Amino acid sequence: MTEVIALETKTEMSIQNTKKILEKYPKDKRYTLAILQDIQRNYDYIPKEAIWEVSNYIESPLSEVYTIATFYKALSLKPKGKYVIKVCNGTACHIRGSDKVLDAIKSSLNIQPGETSEDGLFSIEIVNCVGACALAPVMVINDKYYGNMTKDKVHQVLDEIRRSQNE
Amino acid sequence: MSSQRQILVCCGTGCLANNSYEVYLKFKDLISNKEIQIKPIIKPTGCNGLCEKGPVVKILPDNISYFKVKAEDVEEIIEETIVKGKIIDRLLYFDTNTKNKITDHKNATFYKNQHKIAIRNIGEIDPSKIEDYIERDGYAALKKVLFTMKPEEVLEQVDKSNLRGRGGGGFPTGLKWKTCAKYNHYPKYVICNGDEGDPGAFMDRSIMEGDPNTVIEGMIICAYAIGANQGYLYIRDEYELARKNMQIAINSAREYGYLGKNILGRGLNFDLEIVRGGGAFVCGESSALMASIQGKVGEPRAKYIRSVERGLWDQPTILNNVETWANIPPIISYGPDWFKEIGIKNNFGTKVFSLVGKVKNTGLVEVPMGSSLRSLVFEIGGGVIKDKKFKAVQTGGPSGGCIPKEHLDISLDFDSLNEIGSMMGSGGVIVMDENTCMVEVARYYMEFLSEESCGKCTTCREGIKLMLDILTNITKGNGKEEDLDLLLGICDTVEKGSLCGLGQTAPNPVRTTIKFFRDEYLEHINNHKCPAGVCKNLTSYQINSEACIGCGICKKKCPVDAITGENKKLHVIHQDICITCGECYENCPTNAIEIGGGIFES
Ligand SMILES: Cc1cc2nc3c(=O)[nH]c(=O)nc-3n(C[C@H](O)[C@H](O)[C@H](O)COP(=O)(O)O)c2cc1C
Ligand code: FES
Repeated sequence: MTEVIALETKTEMSIQNTKKILEKYPKDKRYTLAILQDIQRNYDYIPKEAIWEVSNYIESPLSEVYTIATFYKALSLKPKGKYVIKVCNGTACHIRGSDKVLDAIKSSLNIQPGETSEDGLFSIEIVNCVGACALAPVMVINDKYYGNMTKDKVHQVLDEIRRSQNE
Repeated sequence: MSSQRQILVCCGTGCLANNSYEVYLKFKDLISNKEIQIKPIIKPTGCNGLCEKGPVVKILPDNISYFKVKAEDVEEIIEETIVKGKIIDRLLYFDTNTKNKITDHKNATFYKNQHKIAIRNIGEIDPSKIEDYIERDGYAALKKVLFTMKPEEVLEQVDKSNLRGRGGGGFPTGLKWKTCAKYNHYPKYVICNGDEGDPGAFMDRSIMEGDPNTVIEGMIICAYAIGANQGYLYIRDEYELARKNMQIAINSAREYGYLGKNILGRGLNFDLEIVRGGGAFVCGESSALMASIQGKVGEPRAKYIRSVERGLWDQPTILNNVETWANIPPIISYGPDWFKEIGIKNNFGTKVFSLVGKVKNTGLVEVPMGSSLRSLVFEIGGGVIKDKKFKAVQTGGPSGGCIPKEHLDISLDFDSLNEIGSMMGSGGVIVMDENTCMVEVARYYMEFLSEESCGKCTTCREGIKLMLDILTNITKGNGKEEDLDLLLGICDTVEKGSLCGLGQTAPNPVRTTIKFFRDEYLEHINNHKCPAGVCKNLTSYQINSEACIGCGICKKKCPVDAITGENKKLHVIHQDICITCGECYENCPTNAIEIGGGIFES
């Protein structure tokens, strides 16, 4: 029962917040992507209700907003973990062993890329080049860059995050 | 120049990843609490290029550069170098070519052979201070243009310089501007392509983060030349710091009267807006990028009518790459003749390359066009990591090809790279060694492109997927010799049937690897062996009995206990347990581990 209530309040909250985001922008189709990105930043994903609201606000068919929400990789329709681990698989990282970094993360968290751990703490994503190629292989956790990654460093970083959670 | 000391702390993305911001804060903190007669100025700068050895700290006017500086080193630097003027040996740059320690980084082989135009200010200025840019002749070109030149003269100068677009295709910038200027159809737009999608390239990021004003200045000059009042900077989703620094620069430029209404009192109205990219590779393509700015999905369109005539919102539009923009102010300031003294015929000026992969000195370098690939990799780059065998260089991102060692002397310019079946692209140079599998590299690019194809053209959507399937099969040991011809056939179809550059150039990685590394394909297909030891199904490891000294490192490193052997005696790998992870191969001190072919239970 508590879970249901929690979900409901989250939805209500989302309606208010989305409104606030929408108000910042003129009612113009041009801003669809920018609005969705703000929503994404706010919730870490695009809730279903938000797509409705954006569509109403900019007077664009629902299908069009949905197309944009699914076309751009920066947007996600699924909720993500508190810590989003982006493993770079750009060419520079790929040939310097990004697969080993990914394996270490997968085995430590027991989830696959695109999934979120059961405690909601971590998700893994594979991305193509984060622009720090000189330090390959690279991973990024919530905008912090980690260069020259090794298996051991992965475990160190993840352990640190887990520890900070328990404190 | 003031005689006041300056401490420049590199805060480019690479150095930030190595905690350079902590170093910066520590300097600020310690210096402010210390009694020094003349306090040094401490500045965060953009990327110095040699990211591998970051964080980089430079002390001026002494010209002392320290590398791999940690927050713990800061106190010592202040006590020894700032107070006593002594150099700390430990933090100096070690030149792998000359085997010397170097005090002033400018004398290092990595920097000495460079010629900086586009990245001239990066690492020297605080990007958030427009005053720093102005002190180094920033906005002088704009003043020259607004006060002494007619728009036609600007067009003429850019055209005469023969500057070619640095975004990949190498289209003549002057011609583009001149064509756009001819249309009397207003409003017109100016766009900066900061989407930088090629994996392995990060020069545009570095410029936007480290010297945002040069891009802005270039765009204002273009606006004046073609008659535009509004511009957009389309910046990649991942580049948060670039957007931040660019926004700061736009705001300062407005305050100084370089942007906005009646710029410098000369009647020009022009302003800029940042658009955040959505994280789609194809949006780097010009027409897709414009669609994206308009709030649509980023799908390219057929270009019967070019965007100089009808681009953004169907209005005449100039789109140039970040690095192209950064070249405009110096060309205007010093003139086309100066520019044409650098580089080679039809390819004047310089190009910024991101030197990455299996090379010792990874980072950003700017060299004259026409420099040889060999000098880039072996002089500036210092050669291959661990002195392994050089195999190939990949240029041009997913649109480019792989260049083998027989062609190491190739001149780095648009035309030579096209001729060999590769491309300049945005300037990524990815060095590959004996442990990089060329079949897997081709497979990698097809995977990349199949994910990034927008799906509009059937040949691109299905053809790339088909190539990916075939290549994956080969890497798994299920390839057939006929596959090579099949692949080349699909290459032709995809090239001819696709609308935009993504599909048209997608065959390049496949074609060049088949052309230059056919033997490696055949090893996979006929002998079930991946000579690089990358394709797991086609790899096994054995220990060479003569080279093994029985040190036991491999045994310790093996994650599945597949290696046995006594101290100082020959060790053995048990193939039934081995998962071919390669840990033993990477760590053996005497290179006693050999790569063999895949082991199949027949
Ligand atoms: C699939 C694809 C991706 C591209 N990505 C980029 C990019 O990330 N950055 C860029 O400057 N140009 C990119 N381009 C090239 C642009 O279409 C355009 O030619 C270029 O930005 C023009 O600027 P320039 O003349 O200054 O080079 C891409 C082209 C294609 C076909
Ligand atoms: S390839 Fe990984 S950061 Fe560029």
